[in-house]
Amino acid sequence: MAETLPSVEQVWVWLGDVPDPEIPVVSVTELGIVRDVRWDDDTLVVAVTPTYSGCPATAVIDLAIEARLREQGITRLRIERRLSPPWTTDWITKGAREKLRAYGIAPPVDGTASDGRTAARAARMTGRTNLVIACPRCGSSHTERISQFGSTPCKASYRCTDCLEPFDYFKCH
Amino acid sequence: MPSLPDMTTPDVVALAERAAASQPHDPHLEDVDLRPAFFDWLCRMGDNTLILGHRISEWCGHGPVLEEDIALANTALDLIGHTQMWLGLAAEVEGEGRTADDLAFLRDAMRFRNLQLLELPNRDMAVTLMREFLFDAWHFEMLTALCGSQSPRVAEIAAKALKEVSYHLERSSDLIVRLGDGSEESHRRMQDALDRLWPYLGEMFVEDAVDKAVAEAGIAPRPADLRGAWEQTVNEVLEEATLASPDTRMDVHQGGKQGRHTEHLGYILAEMQFLQRAYPGASW
Ligand SMILES: [Zn+2]
Repeated sequence: MAETLPSVEQVWVWLGDVPDPEIPVVSVTELGIVRDVRWDDDTLVVAVTPTYSGCPATAVIDLAIEARLREQGITRLRIERRLSPPWTTDWITKGAREKLRAYGIAPPVDGTASDGRTAARAARMTGRTNLVIACPRCGSSHTERISQFGSTPCKASYRCTDCLEPFDYFKCH
Repeated sequence: MPSLPDMTTPDVVALAERAAASQPHDPHLEDVDLRPAFFDWLCRMGDNTLILGHRISEWCGHGPVLEEDIALANTALDLIGHTQMWLGLAAEVEGEGRTADDLAFLRDAMRFRNLQLLELPNRDMAVTLMREFLFDAWHFEMLTALCGSQSPRVAEIAAKALKEVSYHLERSSDLIVRLGDGSEESHRRMQDALDRLWPYLGEMFVEDAVDKAVAEAGIAPRPADLRGAWEQTVNEVLEEATLASPDTRMDVHQGGKQGRHTEHLGYILAEMQFLQRAYPGASW
């Protein structure tokens, strides 16, 4: 019996409906964490990369992907963890960045990931970096960092000095 | 653990084999002569991040301010994530059917390979942050070197971990400067912390037969080769923090890498391993 397997393109479309568990306005494909979809004989293989090594959402994401695909009748499925190349926020799609902003999270400013350099400390400590994070609420560029860490590993805490609202910034990584 | 288990497949072993087959090919994993040293070295990497991650996690819910509490919990989470990767690869290299969880929860203290520095109690925020900084500066150089490892499996873990350790180092060095060059009390506490930890630092740069074997196989750098860059970072930050490096020896307390530990490790394991020891195989 030859059962027709859904195309890889079709699977990508289905995965486009799987929301990130912590930021449900963006999907796992928009975040760039689905790295590969392929058929290994009659087993569907989906390669997923973690955002952060210890991110507790990773297992939830795998479950959500599995549930979505089983719903479409996929019975033989393997979810692979892929580490290399490591995930970067550069892979977040343009559309998803606008969705993040509308949701109240300032999207990452590319090219500003930590590089471990101690030399830039003076600028970091006085808050005088070139990094301008616009307030997702009012658009003001008068914002300041409260903490390098926020509600999840991928976010930092900021506040707007114009509308006075605190907000999350999706760190460049 | 090479892959997450397919929850509907009973044949987990076959599944793990297929998943392993899709990993980048690494001839070091098949080198039987290298196996004991490679396994031991991977346990050192994973135990360092496990024990430090556990120590830092002790602050969760007790941080001096909410932002610090969250930052410490996030740092601990990163380190536990690194542990899963290192001990997962260690278990795969060992090839005895153990998992990362088995290695973390079912080994006794003498089988742990972490630096003694990392098992010392937190005491106060000064010791906690100073220890993290001194380790971060080493961790950053180690992972940077490992990105060029001839073992592709080691290199990919290092590349992933380095991104996180880069902001650990930024954060801890900023705080060393802020507190060292802060109030009279914060300065005193930071200097005390540095003096207290100093005799444990030499262990990071001491080479034994395990280090030699993995270095010769092109897997890892020689420990002594990391010292120059580490000293440069540490001296620069301490100077800015108005703290003085002690002129005493750094290599007084060592042996953690070979399984000789302080009395403190046993207490950590008693807490960390309790559940798996009392209820073997418990899961959620
Ligand atoms: Zn605003």
